[in-house]
Amino acid sequence: MKNEAILQTRDLTMRFGGLTAVKDFNIAVPRGGMVGLIGPNGAGKTTCFNMITGFYSPTGGQVVFEGRDITGAAPHEVCKAGIARTFQNIRLFANETALQNVMIGAHLRQQTTWWHALLSLPGCLREEKALRAKALHLLEIVGLADHGHEKATSLPYGAQRRLEIARALATEPAFLLLDEPAAGMNPQETEHLMAFIRSIREQFKLSILLIEHDMKVVMGICEQIWVLDYGETIAVGSPEEIRSDAGVIEAYLGKESAANA
Amino acid sequence: MNRANATLLNLAAVGCLAVFLWAAGRHLDGYKVQIINLIAVNIILALSLNLIYGFTGLFSLGHAGFMAIGAYVCAMLVLSPAQKEMLFILEPPIWPFSVVQAPFFVAVLLGGLGAAAFGVLIGFPVLRLGGDYLGIATLGFAEIIRVLANNLPRVTNGALGLKGIPAYANLWWNYAWCLLTLYCIVKLVRSNFGNALMAIRDDEVAAKSMGINVFKYKMISFTLGAFFAGVGGALLGNLLTTIDPKMFLFVLTFNVLMIVVTGGLGSLTGTVLAGIVITVLLEWLRFVENPISFGGYEIPGIPGMRMVVFSLVLLMIILFRREGIMGMREFSWKGFLRFFGRGGGAR
Repeated sequence: MKNEAILQTRDLTMRFGGLTAVKDFNIAVPRGGMVGLIGPNGAGKTTCFNMITGFYSPTGGQVVFEGRDITGAAPHEVCKAGIARTFQNIRLFANETALQNVMIGAHLRQQTTWWHALLSLPGCLREEKALRAKALHLLEIVGLADHGHEKATSLPYGAQRRLEIARALATEPAFLLLDEPAAGMNPQETEHLMAFIRSIREQFKLSILLIEHDMKVVMGICEQIWVLDYGETIAVGSPEEIRSDAGVIEAYLGKESAANA
Repeated sequence: MNRANATLLNLAAVGCLAVFLWAAGRHLDGYKVQIINLIAVNIILALSLNLIYGFTGLFSLGHAGFMAIGAYVCAMLVLSPAQKEMLFILEPPIWPFSVVQAPFFVAVLLGGLGAAAFGVLIGFPVLRLGGDYLGIATLGFAEIIRVLANNLPRVTNGALGLKGIPAYANLWWNYAWCLLTLYCIVKLVRSNFGNALMAIRDDEVAAKSMGINVFKYKMISFTLGAFFAGVGGALLGNLLTTIDPKMFLFVLTFNVLMIVVTGGLGSLTGTVLAGIVITVLLEWLRFVENPISFGGYEIPGIPGMRMVVFSLVLLMIILFRREGIMGMREFSWKGFLRFFGRGGGAR
């Protein structure tokens, strides 16, 4: 399975001054796989995301995506290569409508540019029409077809999460990074979200890496799980293996509980 | 409301404007025509600043600098070589300005392009800055341009300034440029490119992660804004027929900024409305600078009182209506007709 990894990191390390946030992080996400990254608060999960998506330039190691070294590439280049992400604290474009938000995602694959729009070239108008249709279709998939013309921030919380995913999908990614997609959701919403993530993975043939605190989600949908603690990878394995791993239980619950268990 | 109907209504509106301009040119006195001209120029300037600040979120205070470049380039091109030789009494003008003369349209265009070139030049270092720092850096840029204008006598005639610029900028030219600016900026902002600019304004991090090359897009927006600011400056120079470095103080940027904020950041309709209102008020409020007799009590005229009033107005807007006249809303024929349809129904 591992020989066809779509995303692979080799000894990825991030130091901030004297603090090593992430040390020798090695992950291999199989094509079409759904992989989880867990760990206690401050373990360095989001730092890993930021290194992969180009927001941080890693102080050591490599990120290889589809056989290409993308270490240190700018965020927009990473996105263009086919990696899209969502954010832990939702980051929608607040003054725009839901539809505009998705269209902004689709802008990446747009061929015509500003001066085409300035001159109202027919090719540009046609393409923007097609983009609008594509965005509407994506809104439909995430169940927001009726909310296209509402301001993004006026949507309910769960809908904003789905909109963020729709916006990421509009960039036509092969790989999706979800940063705590279930944060702040009730059990029922979480249930819907899990089904939703599974369905978009099928539909768009995505490989997914997700950070999540909700163990039910991680154990429920991930095929493989990486566990970070203080920047170090302490365990890798299937949900069953992780559930019974002494080191993981210790990291989450402390030493004594591990002894009792 | 389909597109054909909207186009028809737009053309009708332009037609009405043309009739108005024709009537104004014939029947109003020179002072009023001048104010109507100033409205057009101020709208051009405010639209360009709104593109930079309101839509892309770049807090730029360099407008006076871009205007100065546009005004000087244009003036040096429309003046004939003979006139320039007479004006430059200390030192002769520098080549190629010493020999060339260009038609008005070309001169304005080159004025805009000159400003845009400077936009690119300073954009590279300063657009990496965010927020207030960008404001300070661009403010410094505008000051540098003004100081250069003062100290490059062979290009700008120094502190003496340029006088007797042919007054080509009549109502027709000004409003043609104004409509062109409005058309271009509306097209840009309504396109998906415009959406991308607003994405940068709203959340730069998210914009980057959506694959938008933030720096490049800021650069395009800033340069286009600089271009239209240069055009506005060029028209202003021709309208006033005289320019000198003192004209391009920070107050000039402040006036434009006031229009943009009053109209609403990110609203082109608001900018146009505020452009009209504030230009008219700036003139009308001149009476507060004259001595006023108030029931036998004489208040002496205070020069600059106008700006005090305006600063207070701006303060009020920022305190009580931060989104300006229009917020981020825009005019549309659909909304317009609905508004009047409802008004008619109620009556």
